[in-house]
Amino acid sequence: MPNCQHLEKICSKLEEYEQYRKFRAYCQKVLALSNDNLEKTIAIAVALCLVCAVLVSLAAVALKPLQVSNKELDMKKNILDVAGLLQADSDIEKVFATQIEAKLVDLETGEYAEGNANEYDQRKAAKDPAQSIAIPKEKDIAHIRVKAKLAKVYLVKDGNTTKSIILPVSGYGLWSTLYGFLALDADGQTVQSINFYDQAETPGLGGEVVNPKWRALWKGKKVYAEADQASLEKGLIEEAEKGEPALALIKGTVDTSKPGSQYQVDGLAGASLTSTGVTNLVRYWMSKEGFATYLSKVRTVAEKKL
Amino acid sequence: MSAILNDETKKVLVEPLVTNNPITLQVLGICSALAVTSQMSTSLIMALALTLVTACSSAAISAIRNHIPSSIRIIVQMTIIASLVIVVDQCLKAFAYDVSKQLSVFVGLIITNCIVMGRAEAYAMKNPPLESFMDGIGNGAGYSLILIIVAFFRETLGSGKLLGIEVFKLTKDGGWYDPNGLMLLPPSAFFIIGMIIWAVRQWKPVQRETVEFKIMSIAHGEGGHH
Repeated sequence: MPNCQHLEKICSKLEEYEQYRKFRAYCQKVLALSNDNLEKTIAIAVALCLVCAVLVSLAAVALKPLQVSNKELDMKKNILDVAGLLQADSDIEKVFATQIEAKLVDLETGEYAEGNANEYDQRKAAKDPAQSIAIPKEKDIAHIRVKAKLAKVYLVKDGNTTKSIILPVSGYGLWSTLYGFLALDADGQTVQSINFYDQAETPGLGGEVVNPKWRALWKGKKVYAEADQASLEKGLIEEAEKGEPALALIKGTVDTSKPGSQYQVDGLAGASLTSTGVTNLVRYWMSKEGFATYLSKVRTVAEKKL
Repeated sequence: MSAILNDETKKVLVEPLVTNNPITLQVLGICSALAVTSQMSTSLIMALALTLVTACSSAAISAIRNHIPSSIRIIVQMTIIASLVIVVDQCLKAFAYDVSKQLSVFVGLIITNCIVMGRAEAYAMKNPPLESFMDGIGNGAGYSLILIIVAFFRETLGSGKLLGIEVFKLTKDGGWYDPNGLMLLPPSAFFIIGMIIWAVRQWKPVQRETVEFKIMSIAHGEGGHH
């Protein structure tokens, strides 16, 4: 019976209107009360909280997609930057999609792990007890306390060959944990570039880790000591035998004519604690705790191909 | 102009620039003035964000001023200010990501900036919304002015740049200027703000505070700074 439905609709509308009228009457009553009245105090507090909550959640929800894409684009930009592929006019998304491949690495075994690498967030995983391991205190030279079991590395591809490997690194400096990428050549030994994308060191001093001039000093440096005369003279022979990293920041400027200078980078002027932090984080992540096992496997594969 | 802006509006817009500057006279909002002024770009964004928040929060608080229960008045003000700051922070993250990364926590800390609270309590609680809005703009501009001056000195002397563009060629790049590292650290802003206050009080002696007590005099004066 269509008429009945029609009536019901009108009734519910009327009811709604009645409720609205009651609500309005209540509002007027409360507003007319004295400001010191308890009921008014509570009503105003509730109403204000509701309005503010709606405002804040609207902003947060409406702007979320933009913020997420900003973050992703920024991360891709950082990766391209450390890979040396970033030009002012390049289309970041396109270059990233064609030349960069994300892979998961099991730090324990050094093997590639299964899983969707593009969706994986290593920093989130490090905070999840199921996906991370605590680092024993004596080994925790980078002062990061926990690390994710799986690390997300990026391979820079040129067709089918891997040109370079981009490894995520992190460690404590003076004020903050520095997060960055270290790009190595396909030999897993020669540094291509380093890039810290998240840090809060003193601007102008430790904050100079982002300075392109300082970052350029890293190009061509060697991570692992080779068992040669230079290492013997520099007292790095133990590291060379164990396959431990030897790369470090030194005070002042590196004298390139001296042996062992390939394992040294200029320290940051006026920021010895940040410099120590950078040395430690590079040494930690390049040690067996970090990527040493993976890198030695990469080297073996590369040698087999030759 | 005079038809649109009445005397009160003009007064609240212009006075906070020098004669009643929130930083140099009232010495409010020093914390962020120290933190964000090592670079001009961050200072400009911070100044803009604070001006916007002060103006909007003052207007909002003023609009409901007759119904704010006095027992929860500060909490009400804080809720409004905090909400606006979060909105500004979210907008920065969405539309100016690089700057928001540099400003990090300091945008959030506008909530505790004394200027915003001070204007809400001192002006917006007693005056109509439009005037309160203008008062917020005026005080924000006064804060911005000082921030820009401080950032100008800190960035040029500290890193030889202005807005990231090289002004003095640094010795480490083969130039002549040896940057002053102190300028990059927050304490340098204390010195610069101190000198600005001194200069303003030389220019306008009215702003000099009367000496509340003299050291070594016997049992006179109540002492203590509040």
